[in-house]
Amino acid sequence: MSNRIVIDPVTRIEGHLRIEAVVENGVVTDAFSAGTMVRGIEKILKGRDPRDAWAFTERVCGVCTTVHALASCRSVEDALGIAVPKNAELVRNLMFCAQYVQDHVVHFYHLHALDWVDVVSMLKADPVATSKLAQSLSPWPKSNPGHFAAVQKRLKGFVESGQLGIFANGYWGHKAYKLPPEVNLLAVSHYLDALEWQKEIVKIHAIFGGKNPHPNYLVGGVPCSFNLEELNAINTERLNHVGSLIKDAITFVEQVYIPDLLAIASFYKDWAAIGGGLQNYLAYGDLPTKGYNDPSSFLLPRGAILNRNLNEIHEVSGKDANEIKEYISHSWYQYSGGDGVGLHPFKGETEFNYTGPKPPYDHLNVEGKYSWLKTPRWKDHPMEVGPLSRMLVAYAKGNTDVKELVGVVLKKLDVPITALFSTLGRTAGRGVETQVVAHWMKGFYDDLITNLKNGDTKTFNPVHWEPDTWPATAEGVGMTEAPRGALAHWVSIKDRVIDNYQLVVPSTWNASPRDTKGQRSAYEEALIGTPVANVEQPVEVLRTIHSFDPCLACAVHLYDPDGKQVHQVQFS
Amino acid sequence: MSGGQPTLWKVMQDKGYDRRDFLQFCTFAAAAAGLGPDASAEVAKAFEKKARPPVVWLHFQECTCCSESFIRASHPIVADVLLDAISLDYSETLQAAAGHQAEKCKADTMKAYAGKYILLVEGSVPTGEHGVYCTIGGRTAEDLWQEAAAGAAAIVAWGNCASYGCVQAAKPNPTGATPIQKLVGKSVINVPGCPPIADVMVALVTHLLMFGRAPELDAQGRLKEFYSRRVHDTCYRRPYYDAGLFVESFDDEHARKGYCLYKMGCRGPLTYNACLTYNACALTKWNGGTSYPIQSGHGCLGCSENGFWDNGPFYRHLPAFPGFGIESTADSVGLALGAATAVGVAAHAISTNIRKRQVIHDQVAEDVKNTPKSEKVD
Repeated sequence: MSNRIVIDPVTRIEGHLRIEAVVENGVVTDAFSAGTMVRGIEKILKGRDPRDAWAFTERVCGVCTTVHALASCRSVEDALGIAVPKNAELVRNLMFCAQYVQDHVVHFYHLHALDWVDVVSMLKADPVATSKLAQSLSPWPKSNPGHFAAVQKRLKGFVESGQLGIFANGYWGHKAYKLPPEVNLLAVSHYLDALEWQKEIVKIHAIFGGKNPHPNYLVGGVPCSFNLEELNAINTERLNHVGSLIKDAITFVEQVYIPDLLAIASFYKDWAAIGGGLQNYLAYGDLPTKGYNDPSSFLLPRGAILNRNLNEIHEVSGKDANEIKEYISHSWYQYSGGDGVGLHPFKGETEFNYTGPKPPYDHLNVEGKYSWLKTPRWKDHPMEVGPLSRMLVAYAKGNTDVKELVGVVLKKLDVPITALFSTLGRTAGRGVETQVVAHWMKGFYDDLITNLKNGDTKTFNPVHWEPDTWPATAEGVGMTEAPRGALAHWVSIKDRVIDNYQLVVPSTWNASPRDTKGQRSAYEEALIGTPVANVEQPVEVLRTIHSFDPCLACAVHLYDPDGKQVHQVQFS
Repeated sequence: MSGGQPTLWKVMQDKGYDRRDFLQFCTFAAAAAGLGPDASAEVAKAFEKKARPPVVWLHFQECTCCSESFIRASHPIVADVLLDAISLDYSETLQAAAGHQAEKCKADTMKAYAGKYILLVEGSVPTGEHGVYCTIGGRTAEDLWQEAAAGAAAIVAWGNCASYGCVQAAKPNPTGATPIQKLVGKSVINVPGCPPIADVMVALVTHLLMFGRAPELDAQGRLKEFYSRRVHDTCYRRPYYDAGLFVESFDDEHARKGYCLYKMGCRGPLTYNACLTYNACALTKWNGGTSYPIQSGHGCLGCSENGFWDNGPFYRHLPAFPGFGIESTADSVGLALGAATAVGVAAHAISTNIRKRQVIHDQVAEDVKNTPKSEKVD
């Protein structure tokens, strides 16, 4: 028996995502992923000052705020030949790490946990047993029986009020939920703790960038200045604040997030064999220690893995016209040279061509075009991007921090390394990355202090700030790693304004429709084989989709009403 | 009291907060809502009686920065309680249910509480191409917006997207991104900003909860309390502006001393927002009072203003602007006054603003007469 299920809106994500899946005999046999919102930011960028582009593109996403600003600054710096000072590199790295830690923790508790944690079941938990369990997992201080009893009482009152708010109509009681009541209580308690904690770590963005979400960036460096003798600059008080936020972040990750992740994962080891999907992984890498132009210095390395072969890491270039290309066979766009070709972002085109059903509609025509996302390919291979890809590339390249922690996680869960190629592996990989990055953040902080101690306070390179120092034409690529995966911006500058600007964002790699050859992208492929016990309550589909941490707002595309310009757009 | 729903005070008791915490919270809420410390008893009374009203939070063309900002609310009780003090019945960002179960949550609330629910909207509505640029559950954003607006007791436009269209409405606005107010015949409370400040968002929700009506709004539908002052008027670097001391290049000697960012393109003189406000009962900055853009060395982008994306380039300082005679010649002012005059001026500028303005004005007039204009206004 076959059922076509539609999940729209997919909730607990950023943006507007629709999943259609075919379920036969309790298993997904085919799937279609569609982005249903577009804004056209690339078209809006044309003709503007390239130094402003970071602010426009930062608004692509407010969840993974900062990452588009960073990619944009780098693309312009790459085009104009600007190297940022050491302190700017360190401040950018600190902001990058703070974003990862905040975003990954929020994803785990507030966007993903309810796929695994049954909120209603926690009402049956024994607070004393929960406390005992919590204390066996970590030294986190809020683990006494009274605390868990209070949380339980709070939620009990909530449920009994009859107004379930955000917990209404969840799949509570579904047989796919396997946690004992005590683990559910532990997780819900930390859901609330994490909600309070997450607003702290982003204060690092406020200190260096003035606010969060959407802190300020600057082409050529960072906008803040250091002056240890001055109240109105980054001084010792501000640095102390950053230092203590980092310390608290490491504590939260090590004492709450990672122990919870392992405790929950140990009940769902069957998900280490589900949701693997594609066998190819791509990472642009980030966290430079000797400048953006020296990828060998990145703590998160760059590279591609094909067919899950960890013994061979392929080089990746953002500029090679034969590597990254975008297809639109199933996307609501048209190319002047025909819809069957793939175009490198420097040569990209974007013209809207909506051919879908007139709203309101029940189903998309998946035989034709069915998404506002284009379909990127690396050397024509569909690639998965994200924390798992980054950890696999780092692992395969022999990064000791990553290797060690991956080893610990695999051992604790008692699963082989192949378990990483799965829904559970994706979620575990995100946890591994969070802990590694939290410690690297401390390292960058120490480096910053050392640099300041040595008398270097420079945060900005003014050499090519003024447009009259720019060449008539220039083009550049800014590559980074958003929390959700590989992200790059391509900019062309002509006569001191933006001539063309394009983004290829992580959720475009993962959530895109099929390519010209009919190859599925990551979401669609990962859903194949996913069990669905009850088509009315497809919690299993959500587990795999949420394991990617979807972020769809970025599905922006360049739009040219005249059809002359070759812009292309997108991201997520 | 409706249907035996718990009051905020009851909810807080269940969460383990005591009476003292509750009253502290009420004091903060009163201050945040601009009511002054004397109103806290009234606020406490209101919270003890009001039940949790149902809330529907819609997302259209946006980046979710408003939702992210909301959960950064700085007062711990605000962050914790208000998420529960309201009954957030539909939120694509946070709710457990997805797909048709999520849609059912919304439909049930709109039916059971017709005319009574609070509608919060994040994002603009695209009207181009019959709405195909944003669909949810197969329906257009405009369709969903009209349906939800019809039965709402109060409507809030979160952020610059819902209030003005924001970045997607910047020229040439390829999708026809439209502010929600333009598409409905009901009044909308605008809370602009990209994103709005968390504590401002929470203060508004608090106000709606306490009094069951909107706070006072200005002609643009903005909260008068938070959008009646220019960033420039409350800027702690204002004395440097008045003294003619400006940052000339990022990270120059003046930047390291925290001088005025006007010449780096700061839009503070044109921007109404509460990024830095201080009075007897409340201090507003970003992220729990941590900082705000100018404090961290970057000029204000003007993100709470209508059409701010097209008021660039961002690093070009405001040219001769109607009503801003002094600003238009800031280059000359800086040169003319010089550091020696300025140090003394800076220390006393707040109390002697008016007199200094006259001094500068006279100096400028003199300077403009004698010096060829060197500033580049493109």
